[in-house]
Amino acid sequence: MSELTLAGAITDALATALDKDQRVLVIGEDVGQTGGVFRITDGLLGRFGDQRVIDTPVAESGIVGAAFGMAVAGLRPVAEIQFMGFSYPAYDQILSHVARIRNRSQHRFTAPLVIRMPCGGGFGAAEHHSESTEVIYAHLPGLKVVIPATPYDAKGLLLAAIDSPDPVIFLEPIRLYRLVREEVPEGYYTVEIGKARIESEGTDVSLITWGAMTHEVREAVGVLAGHGISAEMIDLRTLRPLDEDTIIESVQKTGRAVVVQEAPKTAGFGAEIAALIGERALYSLRAPVERVAGWDTTIPLKKAEHRYMPTTESIVAAARRAMEA
Amino acid sequence: MRNILDREGRLVGEAPIDIDTTRRLYRAMVEARAYDKKGTTLQRQGRLATYAPLLGQEAAQVGSAAALHPNDWMVATYRDAAAMWMQGYPWEVLFLSRSGDERGGRPPVHVDVLPPSITVGAHMIHAVGIAWAEKLQGTSRIAITYFGDGATSEGDFHEAMNFAGVFKTPTVFLCQNNGYAISMPRERQTASATIAQKADAYGMAGEQVDGNDLFAVYAATKEAADRARAGDGATLIEAVTYRIGPHTTNDDPGRYRDPEEERAAHDRDPVERVRRYLENEGAWDSDWEETVQAKAATTIERAVELAESLGSPSPADIYGAVYEEMSPDLRRQLEGIES
Repeated sequence: MSELTLAGAITDALATALDKDQRVLVIGEDVGQTGGVFRITDGLLGRFGDQRVIDTPVAESGIVGAAFGMAVAGLRPVAEIQFMGFSYPAYDQILSHVARIRNRSQHRFTAPLVIRMPCGGGFGAAEHHSESTEVIYAHLPGLKVVIPATPYDAKGLLLAAIDSPDPVIFLEPIRLYRLVREEVPEGYYTVEIGKARIESEGTDVSLITWGAMTHEVREAVGVLAGHGISAEMIDLRTLRPLDEDTIIESVQKTGRAVVVQEAPKTAGFGAEIAALIGERALYSLRAPVERVAGWDTTIPLKKAEHRYMPTTESIVAAARRAMEA
Repeated sequence: MRNILDREGRLVGEAPIDIDTTRRLYRAMVEARAYDKKGTTLQRQGRLATYAPLLGQEAAQVGSAAALHPNDWMVATYRDAAAMWMQGYPWEVLFLSRSGDERGGRPPVHVDVLPPSITVGAHMIHAVGIAWAEKLQGTSRIAITYFGDGATSEGDFHEAMNFAGVFKTPTVFLCQNNGYAISMPRERQTASATIAQKADAYGMAGEQVDGNDLFAVYAATKEAADRARAGDGATLIEAVTYRIGPHTTNDDPGRYRDPEEERAAHDRDPVERVRRYLENEGAWDSDWEETVQAKAATTIERAVELAESLGSPSPADIYGAVYEEMSPDLRRQLEGIES
C-alpha cells in the first residue's frame, strides 16, 4: 500500500497496465517528455520507451482516430486528451466510429481503447479548460463512461477500463487530482465498471453525484447530520452503463433524492437520474426530486466561476427542501 | 500521370503482370461490373437501400487491391465494393450491407476489411492507426485506405496524412479521383494542380496514375505496398478515374453535368481497355467472354439469393452488439421490446 493522490493513482494504474500487458500503450500530446500537462504520465517514457509512450502532433481527432485503428488491430491504447474542452474535435471519431464499430461489424471488429480526459472546473483556468460535458459521452450507445472520485477507485477503474473489451471514456476530475491522499494497493486490481459506490449510508435522503461534486456532497452529509438528517451518499463512479439498481434501492429506502452535478442543469446527466427515479421509484417518493447543478450558462471564467459552482450550502438547502416537502 | 495501357489497350510501358494474371483480373472487373449493375437494379426494385455505383472505377479498385497481400488491412468507403471483394469481403455480405442490414458489416474471420465508412473522410486515420499497430508489433502487414477526391477536403485527411508522415506508418492512401463529390467537381475541392502533390507537404511519396489503367494502378500500388513493407512509410496515390454513374441511386447527375461528358467517359472504359489488350495479345475470344460473363452473372445471382435468404436482424442482434456483454439497463429495455 502507498499513500497516493488521485493523480498519482492514475499514474500508478498506467504503469501497472504498461508493465502487465505488452499491448497497452499511452498516446497523446505531450505525454512523453513532459509527462503530460498534469504530469499524469510522468516517468512512463523513461520506463517504457517511445514505442509505448507516444508523443503526437496536436490533433485530437488524429489521436483518437489512430488509437481507434490501433485498438482494432489488437493493441490496447490509452489516449490522453489534455482537457475535456479539447475533446470535441475528436467527437466525430468517438461518436461515429469508436462507439459504433462493434455494432457496425456485429462484433467482428472492436475498439477496446480508453480515452482519458481531465474534466471540471473550480481552478480558475482559461476558457475550455473547465468543462463538464459528460452527458455528450454518456448519451452514446457503445461507450462506457467512468468518472472516479477517490484514488482507490481511480486506479481500479482505470485498470478495469484498460481491460474492458469496449471503449471507455475515462473522466478525471481536475479539482480532485491532488486534493486528498489515500491508501492505494500496489500492483494490479480492478474496480468493476457499472457499479456505483455508497459512500455513506443514510435513511432520510439519497444524495446522488459523481466526480468532483463528491467533495461538496461529502461535506453536506456532515452538515445534514448536524441537523439530524441522515443522508445516503451515492458516488455513481460509472455513468454508462448506469447502476440503476443501487440508485433505485436507495431511493426506495429514503423516499427522497437530490441529484448533484457540476454541469449545467438542462439536459444534464442529472435529468437522466431524475427520470429514472420517476420511472422506477415514483411511488416511493415523499418529495420531488431535487437537482443541484451549475447554471444554464457557459461556466464563467476565473472571477465569477465560484458563483456558478454548486456548493455544500446549496446541496444542504436542497436536501432540507426535500425533507420539508 | 503514370500510364501503361493506353485507351486502345496498347502497352505504352512495361506490363507489371503476366497474361494469366491479367485474364484473372479481367474476370474480376467483369464480376465487379455485374455486381454493380445488379446493385442499381435491386435498388430500383426496392430490394436494396441507397446504392452508390462504382461503374467506371473497376480498374482503380481491382488493380490496387490485386497488389496487396491477402492479409493486408483495408479501410474503404461505400463505393469500394470491388476493392473490398478482392480482399475477401464476399459479394453476399456486400449485398447484405447495401440492403440495410448490420450483418453486412461482418466479413469472415481472417478478412481484415473494415465495413465501409459512410461519413466522408474520418476513416483514413483508422488505416494509419492499424498500420502503425502492425509496425509496432513487428509484422509485415500494411493497411490501405480508399477515399475520393471530395474526402481530401476534410480536415481528417490532413490529420491522417500528417500522422502517417510523422510516424512513417505502412499505409497506402488510394484516392480515386472520380471527378465529382456528389455534384461538386474536383476543381471545387482543391486549388492544387493535382491531389497527388499534396503528399509532398506531408513528407511522403505521392503519384498520380491513370485510374482507368489496370496496369498503372497495379504497379503504383505494388510499389507503395513494397515501400510500406520495407519501412519507408506511406504513399498517396491519386488514381484519376471517372464516376460514370450517379453519386448514389438518389442522385441525378443531369442537374450538374453534361451528359456528353458521361458518353465520352465510356471511351476510357477500364474494362474494355483490358479486353482489347487481351485480344491484341491473342488471349481473348468471344467464347471465353461468354463464359466469363455467364460465370459473373451466376456468381452475383447466387450472392443475391444468399443475402436475401437471411431475413432481418432481430432486436436481440442490435441490442447484443452495443457492448461485448449486454448491460443490465439494455437487457431490461430488450425484455420490454420482446415481451
